[in-house]
Amino acid sequence: MEFMHSEEQLAFADAIDDIVTDLGGTQLARSWAAGDTAPGLALWAQFAELGLTGLRIAEADGGMGGSLADLAVVFERFGYHAVPGPYVESLALLPQLVSDADRAAIAGGAVATAAVAGTHPHLLDAHVAALQFSVTAGALATATAGEALESIASFRKLSRATAGADAADVDPDHVNRAIDEATLANAAMLIGAGERLLHEAVEYAKMREQFGKAIGEYQSLKHQLADVRIALSFARPLVWQAALALESGAATAGRDVSAAKVRAAAAAQLAARVSLQVHGAIGYTAEHDLSLWLTWVPALVGAWGTPAQHRARIADSILAPVGGAA
Amino acid sequence: MTMKLEYTAEQLAFAAEARSWLEANVPKDRLPSMDTEAGFAAHREWEQQLSDGRWSVVSWPAEFGGRDVGLVEWVLFEEEYYRAGAPTRVAQNGISLLAPIIFGHGTPEQQQRWLPGLTDGSIIWAQAWSEPGAGSDLAAIRSTATRDDSRGGWVLNGQKIWSSRAVWADRGFGLFRSDPAAQRHHGLTYYTFPLDAPGITVRAIEQLDGGTGFAEIFFDDVFVPDADVLGGIGDGWRVAMSTAGNERGLSLRAPGRFLAAADNLVALANTSAAAGADISAATRERVAEAWIDAEAYRLFTWHTVSRALVGEEVGSEGSINKVFWSELDRDLHETALELRGAEAEVKTGDHGSWVDDYLFSVAGPIYAGTNEIQRNIIAERILGLPRGDRRKN
Repeated sequence: MEFMHSEEQLAFADAIDDIVTDLGGTQLARSWAAGDTAPGLALWAQFAELGLTGLRIAEADGGMGGSLADLAVVFERFGYHAVPGPYVESLALLPQLVSDADRAAIAGGAVATAAVAGTHPHLLDAHVAALQFSVTAGALATATAGEALESIASFRKLSRATAGADAADVDPDHVNRAIDEATLANAAMLIGAGERLLHEAVEYAKMREQFGKAIGEYQSLKHQLADVRIALSFARPLVWQAALALESGAATAGRDVSAAKVRAAAAAQLAARVSLQVHGAIGYTAEHDLSLWLTWVPALVGAWGTPAQHRARIADSILAPVGGAA
Repeated sequence: MTMKLEYTAEQLAFAAEARSWLEANVPKDRLPSMDTEAGFAAHREWEQQLSDGRWSVVSWPAEFGGRDVGLVEWVLFEEEYYRAGAPTRVAQNGISLLAPIIFGHGTPEQQQRWLPGLTDGSIIWAQAWSEPGAGSDLAAIRSTATRDDSRGGWVLNGQKIWSSRAVWADRGFGLFRSDPAAQRHHGLTYYTFPLDAPGITVRAIEQLDGGTGFAEIFFDDVFVPDADVLGGIGDGWRVAMSTAGNERGLSLRAPGRFLAAADNLVALANTSAAAGADISAATRERVAEAWIDAEAYRLFTWHTVSRALVGEEVGSEGSINKVFWSELDRDLHETALELRGAEAEVKTGDHGSWVDDYLFSVAGPIYAGTNEIQRNIIAERILGLPRGDRRKN
């Protein structure tokens, strides 16, 4: 029974923290939002050097051969730091779907992005992506970026996608599995975002004084922050379990991924609401870093299947079909 | 890099042995409520039966009737226990709240005298902590213990309330103020006493659910010999806190009960649908939410077990557990009533109906330390927020 981070995973998480912090921390997302992608791409290059861009690519194919539990650890750190860029697409979704040559390119640090019919219809950060794809239930095609769309999150650059005529058939089960991996990465990122929102709120509550005492002494704030701690603590093991189930090809893996997404989204949303409430007006300003997560969380909640879609998927898995035996 | 949620072959064999014993021994009909005289007796018999099979205290040392198994096996056993629909444990208070104290603070003589009776249901214990003026704020306890050197013991006076199982139980345990000059949680001592001792009056309190699960206990010059004091004189607070952490934490609430409840809820939804009920997508989603919560609780428990196994301190996190299980239990039973529709209010008289379980579930956020107290603990001990202006000692 080792249902916890391993020493190696903790060390890896620390390494990611150090790299992001060294390269500017939240400044990476701010520059990205302002149109200067150089710092963010420098981070990508460092991650490539570390081997991270080949995390889910077999060692024989030039990758790291990491597990999905490793992926969950990595994406939680991405969420904690609000790193900009199409990491979910490049590291989780596409390695399983693309050609050997493209997979090798991704492992080597090429930025890739994809539009997925239904739950992720727009291309994220196409302006920096050397490889762009359109994914449907049973096919993969190259894609070109069209009209730019503004995201609620300033450092998510979206554009409409047009699929090329080169669609190749892919086993729909294979596509679904890749989408589940992306959803898992997204859920882990939500946990990380929620942890950061909680951390910022707790630090602020200890320091900010009103009516002559730290606002963290007020029970009403304590209880809200405690609820965030509870929500995140119970969401994270669902993400780990989904990683293990998907890795082992368990029949319940899809349902487990959905459970992870539902709870990670709810916990991050709660963290965002409470963190803003604790910060007050300063948290509502664009100049405060909190705004990065406050706007990113709703984008992540909507991506890769809404909580309602995932709850329905679970309901369909555990309950008899609607309109079934009468 | 590894992360595993797997059991060893020995652990799985242990779970299988428990399952087959439970299949053969769990009463086919649910026992009557333990809050009736007949039900209490029936539950006491079940404790004896469990003990005969050596399943009543699996994590205890073999010399006291246990199987000396670890945390993983204990959680697996609890899962099997609830999945089998086995009776609620009438000895639960004694086993989970008192026994750790007897192991940790009791003399060898006390261990020999009390532990065997805990394992086989021959001595059922009632906890007696709360007082009319001291519910969540246990340090406000006023009931007194006065030294009586001539008899070699103490004389108890005062009143306890919300004492679970006290109506039919054999013995009680709780805190009394042995040094009235000391402040708050200083000067408290931990005593045990027979509930039929001269000077004790037990008055049943009818509960929201119609049962008499708890009672008031009045103490009028009740003599307790020194041999029945647990831990040192004036050391009662520290002794009691080691129990409170236990009640809020792992030991009382293994995931088995909630996994079984979630299974039953899913079955209820499917039965209702099969009977022609038109179940909305929103209700189906609520069932899914309940299922997720039970699963989340199971997984968080395994995470906690994993940390405990490598020696990490997981004390205050019991408060995270407590808030979560109590609210998931209540939400799950609200969903069950929603599924039952207009039938939900009908009391069928069957012990263990959805109505009964719902009424039990709504007490969760109140007992074992209210959820407000738990949230303060989480905020202060886990998040590190300042303690604020509550009374200081």
